[in-house]
Amino acid sequence: MSERPRPIEVTDPVTITVDGRQVEVQRGELLIDACERNDAYIPRFCYHPRMEPVGMCRMCLVEVDTGRGPALQPSCMIPTAPDMVVETTSERVTKAQDGVLEFLLANHPLDCPVCDKGGECPLQDQTMAYGPGESRWVEEKRHYEKPIEISPLVLLDRERCILCDRCTRFASEVTDDPLIHFINRGSNTEVNTFPGDPFSSYFSGNTVQICPVGALTATPYRFRARPWDLERTESTCTVCSVGCRVTLESSRDRMLRINGVDADPVNWSWLCDAGRFAFEATNSEDRLTEPLRRGADGSLEPVRWSEALAAVADALGSADPSSVAVLGGSRSTDESAYAWAALAKGVVGTDHVDAQLGDGLPAAVFDLPGATIDEVCRPGGTVLYVGPDPKEELPVLFLRLKHAAQRDRVRIVEVTPTSTSLTPYSAAGVRPRPGELAAVAEALVAGDAPADGVAGVSADDLRAAAAVLGAADGPVTVVLGRANLAESPQVVLDAAAALSALPGVRFLPAVRRGNVRGAVTAGMAPGRLPGGGRLDGDAGWSGVWSTVPTEVGADAMGILAAAADGAISTLVLLGADPLRDAPDRALAERALDRVGTIVAIDSFPTPSVLRADVVLPAAMLGEVDGSTTNLEGRVSRVRPKVTPPGTARADWAVAVELARRLGATWSATSVEALRDELVAGSPRLAGTTWAELEAADDGVLVDLTGGGFDPGTPAPVPQVDSYSLRLVLSRELYDEGELLGRSESMAGLSRTPTVGISVGDAERLGVEDGTPLVVRGERGSSTLPARVSAGIPRGTAHLVHRLEGSDPITLLSADEVACDVRVELA
Amino acid sequence: MSDAPAERTGGSGDTPLIVSSRFDVPEAHTLDVYRNSGSFPGYAGLAAALDRTPDEVRETVASATLLGRGGAGFPAGVKWGFCPPGVWPRYVVVNGDESEPGTFKDRLLMERDPHQLIEGALVAAYAIGAAQVFLYVRGEMPHAQERIAGALNEALAAGLVGRNIMGTDFSVDVVLHWGAGAYIVGEETALIESLEGNRGMPRLKPPFFPAAKGLYMQPTIVNNVETLSNLPWILHHGVDAYRAVGTETSPGTRLIALSGHVRRPGVYEVPQGTTTFRDLFHDDRYGGGIRDGNELKMFIPGGASAPWFFPEQIDLPLEAKPVGAAGSMLGSGAVVVMDETTDAVEACYSLVRFFARESCGKCTPCREGTTWEEKILERILEGHGRPSDIDLLLDVADNISPGPYPVAADPEHGLEAVPFPPKQTTICPLGPSSVAPITSAIRRFRNEFEARITRRDLIPVAAAGSGGDGV
Ligand SMILES: Cc1cc2nc3c(=O)[nH]c(=O)nc-3n(C[C@H](O)[C@H](O)[C@H](O)COP(=O)(O)O)c2cc1C
Ligand code: SF4
Ligand code: SF4
Ligand code: SF4
Ligand code: FES
Repeated sequence: MSERPRPIEVTDPVTITVDGRQVEVQRGELLIDACERNDAYIPRFCYHPRMEPVGMCRMCLVEVDTGRGPALQPSCMIPTAPDMVVETTSERVTKAQDGVLEFLLANHPLDCPVCDKGGECPLQDQTMAYGPGESRWVEEKRHYEKPIEISPLVLLDRERCILCDRCTRFASEVTDDPLIHFINRGSNTEVNTFPGDPFSSYFSGNTVQICPVGALTATPYRFRARPWDLERTESTCTVCSVGCRVTLESSRDRMLRINGVDADPVNWSWLCDAGRFAFEATNSEDRLTEPLRRGADGSLEPVRWSEALAAVADALGSADPSSVAVLGGSRSTDESAYAWAALAKGVVGTDHVDAQLGDGLPAAVFDLPGATIDEVCRPGGTVLYVGPDPKEELPVLFLRLKHAAQRDRVRIVEVTPTSTSLTPYSAAGVRPRPGELAAVAEALVAGDAPADGVAGVSADDLRAAAAVLGAADGPVTVVLGRANLAESPQVVLDAAAALSALPGVRFLPAVRRGNVRGAVTAGMAPGRLPGGGRLDGDAGWSGVWSTVPTEVGADAMGILAAAADGAISTLVLLGADPLRDAPDRALAERALDRVGTIVAIDSFPTPSVLRADVVLPAAMLGEVDGSTTNLEGRVSRVRPKVTPPGTARADWAVAVELARRLGATWSATSVEALRDELVAGSPRLAGTTWAELEAADDGVLVDLTGGGFDPGTPAPVPQVDSYSLRLVLSRELYDEGELLGRSESMAGLSRTPTVGISVGDAERLGVEDGTPLVVRGERGSSTLPARVSAGIPRGTAHLVHRLEGSDPITLLSADEVACDVRVELA
Repeated sequence: MSDAPAERTGGSGDTPLIVSSRFDVPEAHTLDVYRNSGSFPGYAGLAAALDRTPDEVRETVASATLLGRGGAGFPAGVKWGFCPPGVWPRYVVVNGDESEPGTFKDRLLMERDPHQLIEGALVAAYAIGAAQVFLYVRGEMPHAQERIAGALNEALAAGLVGRNIMGTDFSVDVVLHWGAGAYIVGEETALIESLEGNRGMPRLKPPFFPAAKGLYMQPTIVNNVETLSNLPWILHHGVDAYRAVGTETSPGTRLIALSGHVRRPGVYEVPQGTTTFRDLFHDDRYGGGIRDGNELKMFIPGGASAPWFFPEQIDLPLEAKPVGAAGSMLGSGAVVVMDETTDAVEACYSLVRFFARESCGKCTPCREGTTWEEKILERILEGHGRPSDIDLLLDVADNISPGPYPVAADPEHGLEAVPFPPKQTTICPLGPSSVAPITSAIRRFRNEFEARITRRDLIPVAAAGSGGDGV
């Protein structure tokens, strides 16, 4: 199996004898790992280095002598101790292991020719390596109905199952979705779900990856390829900002599978199902495959690249630089973002550049002293969690935090507008009223609260949370994200400013989109230059580029406002869909209406793309080369595995070509050159040159010291209107967004939209789960069934962005700090 | 409901009945009768314990050498001492899951003298400082459950359980839990899993020795029903009185569940070490002889998991050490007698099938191996056996329990005894237990197996009606 032993540092060495050789190992590490590290690989099925050992399959039996004579012991359960003598290949060991293999094969169907696992199957491999030539089993084999669907994504063939407890252990231990179990006894034992209760877990695909046989298969991959036809390359997932390491696997130039790679500082081999299966969108029929230009009749017509590029170059070159704006770039690579920053700022000369759409966090969060995931999850540490439900937005970060809380004594204080998936693992939690996060942060830092509480949080709850922080052993780390799209991101900055008073505090910015951090670090934010420098402070880039803007530009909402006022003549949408995602629908509509030329560079015909004058098809995940920066600031390589459809190109190549057409002196012409140019001009990116990234499987951290954090002008505290509920607009992992909405197997998994209200408000309104309610705001209204939840505080209405049949972002307005809505019976 | 005197208990003038003294006393399950029958008033043992410090109670039990009656025969007082100091809370778990074929003595203790068990459990709880006692009763024993629950209610009402027991500082709750019908939850760590609400599958020892990391990962003492039922008597009568019965290394008595081809099957309380199997089978106080005057063919000295004995072993005393050295074990105190009319292959099959059905499914060798053994035996019995099947059976067995398996000496064939216990490739001894009937039967009665094998094919072929090799 491709799992590797968890990296360890030998701090307490003991000497043991393995097959006659004396080796030094860490005291107490599992024998199976110690032997593997010392070139004595022990076969195994149930042991997985990221889960508790169970000693179930008995394949790893070796002879262990601790002074009382050699005895067969499962090496996955035995901690090393001084002077242990281990035989991994003695006659008794071989006999026992052969016996186990024979037992496993006794009832095994030997479907190898039609099994997805054939060719990469540990059972098959070990049988070929050690197994007897013929079977002594002449009895009737066990028969079950061939595969049963245990979830929409995962199928189970019980005949092939060797009952290793990996999937079931994963479900209960790693994710706490204990929806698959062993049932029945003896040789009738099988894995199954409880009737009517499918294995719906955001992490279900991991079970397919860790199943040592072909018992679990995933709908998107089933029967699509044989392992020996697959080509693989290691890359990084960019579906969210956790940046899990993956292998991209393709056959005949088609992406077929993504598996997790065990990056110790990040994902420990796990992936979420969105990251694992959303590649299906790359094979979607909806992909843009050729450039389009709006013709005389007003419709988008295919054109040649040269014509499209000429039109774009013209729109960029002929406009006053201050009337050119670029939105987007957080879905691309660092190098694409840098190329676009160079084009916009260094060639065109505009600073109206924003990688986000007003739906993320301002670039200033990266000026805070940074913490890595490992630092946040440091055993015994204390974490202040301010942000979205991590399971919905940063799934594998959720797994890490949950592990830290459950197994590594990490105490989590949750500061979120509603309860989250982390709530059961938190030591304390408070639910500030949207718009008033900063006041709660201040109270937590102060450790005390006025008797009537703060921002809707009771004094008792505040004190309890502050007590956990006060009892912290070492500095507190803060996970800092934006829980609520209906709340100004300024509120998060204000809270960060307050929390900065905690001694030694460091922050993990829980940004959402794949490469926001990389894009911002590459200069895709107003007022910023590559490497994090300020426009006004750092002139070094003028030597590299043709020019550097002198005036700080507008951010996304500012750009949209300027566009709505007619001040933007050319707007580039770099994988950005303001019509869907900007937290002010009306403003986005007016902006796109009034812009002179809209250039869209995208992979799919989104509503905004359909409004563009020129559309350039973009290569996406799995098709582009370069690097990405995760939320921690860890830069790692993304690699291409398949060629983009049609004539779609990487974003950076478009920028470079446009620069050439605009007659720029700046010219970097390869991803490698772009990377190295970016690093050469950015001291904080030292160590992340192309060559250095190539050598670092787990990526390289940028300098996280931080400095110059400026929260800007604090947001005013919005008035409480006691007739209204305050809106919390969050996201869920399965939405109808560009990727998942276009992935065959994932589309349709998103939940039915509801309006979540507290038990108290439900009583007041006299409603129960499912009662239709009208949510009315100044901008519009929608009717949704009620969801009554104890996790929602009184006075709050909870909606979810981008679910089929609901579009609550239309309720928002850019100039409000928080959004109040009336919720009434429909 | 009254109990028919179907089971008799032994005992004679010179040997006291320690645990079965009330078996034939009507209504002994009620608190009233319990307090006023037997060799001393009920709950006097607990009162005696509460007069001492917990350490003194543990010392008393340790010096009595009260050997565990659940199967392994480990001294209770020593086990209690394994609770790591300073780790609280601690628990006592009463193992009332008795389901080993042939074993039915704990059921009688629970049905006929439930207060004696509760009193014993309270003594243990006091000795180790347990916060709670969990009383786990086998799922298929509704009568025992009813009696235990009734007794517990009475005890609670009388202030013998709960807060400030007998007016002292000692407080302990007793929680009842009924099993759901699995032999394996008699194994202590599987029982703990089951108590925690999980599927009953054993944990690995080490690291999960219950005394250190048991129920909810806290120090937990698991004791058998009979073990605990001895405590009131020991506390009341003292160590010397107890040690006066039985032998130096195995003092006291044992309840023996005698079944099979004897005239008077039943549960008998016999002094350890001084009684032999011959006494047990033939003495009129006990078995009263082999049925129909038949010859003894073989017997199982300690429950279905124990390797078989044969007429040569009949003079061994009922005592752990000599029985172990002779290649078997006293185990759970279940003695099954088989006379000359017994078919060794059928007997072997019947036992193996039990283990195959009851394997929890956790470890590969037990889960797959026991079923394989069962299927081969089934095939032999159905007339589809092949000559290679006997050695195949032994080899499959060897992959569950490697190396020479404990077996009794066979002087006729010049074979020496292999002492107990067997080795195992499995987590718990259930899988290896399935090997006991196989090696016992084949070593002694290979001819009976051979006589059953009519097919002469030398290479493996599909058995009639089977799916073949499935390749
Ligand atoms: C497969 C298996 C089944 C067992 N069943 C029982 C049982 O039914 N009752 C029992 O008391 N002990 C049973 N045991 C033994 C227990 O694990 C444990 O040793 C015993 O309860 C300890 O009590 P004692 O020290 O008082 O004997 C079983 C052991 C195994 C391996
Ligand atoms: S389905 Fe696969 S992972 Fe799950 S128990 Fe069976 S073999 Fe193991
Ligand atoms: S957690 Fe994020 S980075 Fe990891 S697999 Fe999921 S989407 Fe990809
Ligand atoms: S030996 Fe059998 S019963 Fe015991 S743990 Fe293993 S599978 Fe379960
Ligand atoms: S790998 Fe150790 S028992 Fe399965």
